[in-house]
Amino acid sequence: MDVLDLARWQFGITTVYHFLMVPLTIGLSLLVAGMQTAWVRTGDRKYLAMTKFWGKLLLINFAMGVVTGIVQEFQFGMTWSAYSRFVGDVFGAPLAMEGLVAFFVESTFLGLWIFGWDRLPKKVHLACVWAFSLATIASAYFILAANSWMQHPVGVELVDGRPRLTSIWAVLGNNTTLAAFPHTVFGAFAVAGTFLVGVAAWHLWRRSDDGPVWRASVKFGTWVGVVAFTGLAISGDVQGKLMFEQQPMKMAAAEALCHTEQPAAFSVFAIGDVSRPDCENVKSVTVPALLSFLAHNDFTTEVKGIEELVPLYQEKYGTNYPVDPKLGELSGKPIDYVPNLPVTYWGFRLMIGFGGLAVGAGLLVLWLTRGGRTPRGRWFKWLALGSIATPFLANSFGWIFTEMGRQPFVVVPNPSGVDGVWMFTARAVSSSTPGEVLTSLVALTLVYGVLACVEVFLIRRYVRAGVAGVLPARKPDDDGSRDDDRDDVLTFAY
Amino acid sequence: METLWFCVIALLWLGYLFLEGFDFGVGMLLPVLGRSERERRVLINTIGPVWDGNEVWLLVAGGATFAAFPDWYASLFSSVYLPLVLFLLALIGRGVAFEYRGKVDSARWRRTWDAVIVAGSWVAPLGVGLLLSATVFGMPLDAAGDRVGSPFASIRWETLLGAAAVAGYALVHGAVFLSLKTEGEVRERARALALKVAPVALLPLLVLLLTVQLRFGSAWTWGASIVVALAALGAYGRLVLRREGQAFALMGVAVAATVAALFGALYPNVLPSTLDPAWSLTVAGAASSPYTLTVMTWVAAFGTPAVLVYQGWTYWVFRKRIGTRHIPAVSVPSASAPSGSASSGSVSSGSVSSGSVSSGQVP
Repeated sequence: MDVLDLARWQFGITTVYHFLMVPLTIGLSLLVAGMQTAWVRTGDRKYLAMTKFWGKLLLINFAMGVVTGIVQEFQFGMTWSAYSRFVGDVFGAPLAMEGLVAFFVESTFLGLWIFGWDRLPKKVHLACVWAFSLATIASAYFILAANSWMQHPVGVELVDGRPRLTSIWAVLGNNTTLAAFPHTVFGAFAVAGTFLVGVAAWHLWRRSDDGPVWRASVKFGTWVGVVAFTGLAISGDVQGKLMFEQQPMKMAAAEALCHTEQPAAFSVFAIGDVSRPDCENVKSVTVPALLSFLAHNDFTTEVKGIEELVPLYQEKYGTNYPVDPKLGELSGKPIDYVPNLPVTYWGFRLMIGFGGLAVGAGLLVLWLTRGGRTPRGRWFKWLALGSIATPFLANSFGWIFTEMGRQPFVVVPNPSGVDGVWMFTARAVSSSTPGEVLTSLVALTLVYGVLACVEVFLIRRYVRAGVAGVLPARKPDDDGSRDDDRDDVLTFAY
Repeated sequence: METLWFCVIALLWLGYLFLEGFDFGVGMLLPVLGRSERERRVLINTIGPVWDGNEVWLLVAGGATFAAFPDWYASLFSSVYLPLVLFLLALIGRGVAFEYRGKVDSARWRRTWDAVIVAGSWVAPLGVGLLLSATVFGMPLDAAGDRVGSPFASIRWETLLGAAAVAGYALVHGAVFLSLKTEGEVRERARALALKVAPVALLPLLVLLLTVQLRFGSAWTWGASIVVALAALGAYGRLVLRREGQAFALMGVAVAATVAALFGALYPNVLPSTLDPAWSLTVAGAASSPYTLTVMTWVAAFGTPAVLVYQGWTYWVFRKRIGTRHIPAVSVPSASAPSGSASSGSVSSGSVSSGSVSSGQVP
């Protein structure tokens, strides 16, 4: 493998890994803030128990999210230096803003929240968790603005062969960002909601103590999941329509749509090898005219297929890569404008499918546990635990589809944007040696793998322990609030 | 405008070196100053609420370099690739270790994470030193800004000196910080250790500054270097007199003057090429467009003061010294999880039952 392949695998692995922790952090932090608010307002100890239990899981997860995020901040320069030079004038700004506006708030107020239970007045302490959770959402906004610019570059002019920022408002208000941001945040809430439902339903199944805590968590989680899923469907539809307009090849690849159709049918699933752009040997189960509607809100319009799109790309961006030693094996070779079809086709379907499973499982659990009942069968345990994985899978497949669907470009040309503001992924990579990148790829994958096992081990342990693991037995004089005189022992210490 | 942003990036590095410097020092000294489990927890908890916020200074320094000087960001990080990977792995291990070490009540579990903290806390400042000195002394860059030569081109005697300088500084800074933030025996030990190792540990920093000045220095960077030496001496004297707060403040002056001397000697370059001075990346050549810099200036003008205020407030909230008497007993779920149906009680009736927590809050 050459540097390009190694660098792509490395970025893919580290990003997918990072994005296992991120949605849980974003979603769960805001839900924990809500639980703590309920406790402060009502004084009901049930809500304190919820805050402590889910808060502990949040922290175990957050630690991993932070450290894997550090790698991302440097990886652009390390393995994608040519890209960084090309887009730095635009791309660096949201990244720096994310650090300055969101990361500082997040990290500082999280520290205050963890260690401030007995040091801060109740309401100030509550404000800390809100500051922290809102900052996680703000950071998502900035990084999505950066990513969306790669998918749909706006707000720039071309000077000396490099895009130069002309309007930061255009970048922050990119319609791709405005669609991707709610989609991602709702995806995060789907993760957190399903996590609540799955863990709490499992505790109900095994008749754990603190039943009210688990029942409240199931209810809370399901409603969060339902709202999130509705939001996902709406924002996903908006995003899809934008994609048809801005990245027609990605949407054709999502459907493995070979020939232009009018009206176009939506493929539910396919039997056979979808990797061939001529659609030979593929049987697809379709819903007539639905794709036209998804693309243009109209059941009769035409949707362009891969075979018709490829010549358009070839005409505009060339049929062969230039002869340039920096392009490595690809120098002078024909450009393949078709993304990896099995990945885009199945990634898109798995994203939708697992998303649907997640909300379906949540609703099912809520209905099964109505009015204080709990099913006793083992199947209920597997339903609860299995549902936890589904939104994580949906998120990963969604991002894999988004990112691999834009290949071979790293900056996708904007059909209505400035000419020349686009970049091939093959062009973007650093001039490192394959040995360097292979070393880091192996090292990061191994370390991430070990840490993933550790995190799952810890989360499992704290989930099993339930409320008792995080909220010690109540002393007679303890109402859960801070005690102004007690200064000798910290409430929490590493 | 470019020069302003050069100063902002120097300032972010200063914030990072000052704040994470003592974090590293605390980690480096963990096995030396923490003789019992309780003492080791005292050490870790001096930085408990703040280490994460301190580390963000690095992320923002990286992000700001990307935004303001993309060529600098791209050339430096792709050139110093392997050391940077090792540095990132050290940061990953350290961060996870702080959060996870107290989550399981087992001596082996804690020993493992302690080893990760110590290793990470030594490797990371060495990496920072290497990165900074590679910036100041330059890299073998070609006209396109790409590294010429082997992946280990960044490892030369100048950069090794830089690595030793930052690690030595972190060690002393951490010891001074601990003597300010702890009480009892740990405090005495930290102070004694700082006094003992400082003359040796700070030597590489002074040699580094001397080398930089001899090669690139101007009158005022010489001045800054002299301030470093005086501040370090002053900190030593204050520590002898048990004025730990003043000693810590003087360590801050020393690191501020160090950053001023290094970045002052670097200016107007941002990353010199050791092959041909014409290929050096300069403040003017590597900078983003004036519009981008203007946008970033607005963001920094509002963001930075806010950060300083609330980070300062955090240090104020957790200003008290920590001693072994403050450390709560370990309170983690035991390996055999509590079984539900046997125990009674529910939350709504007013008592969260918890028969099987291994130990309570009382020390």
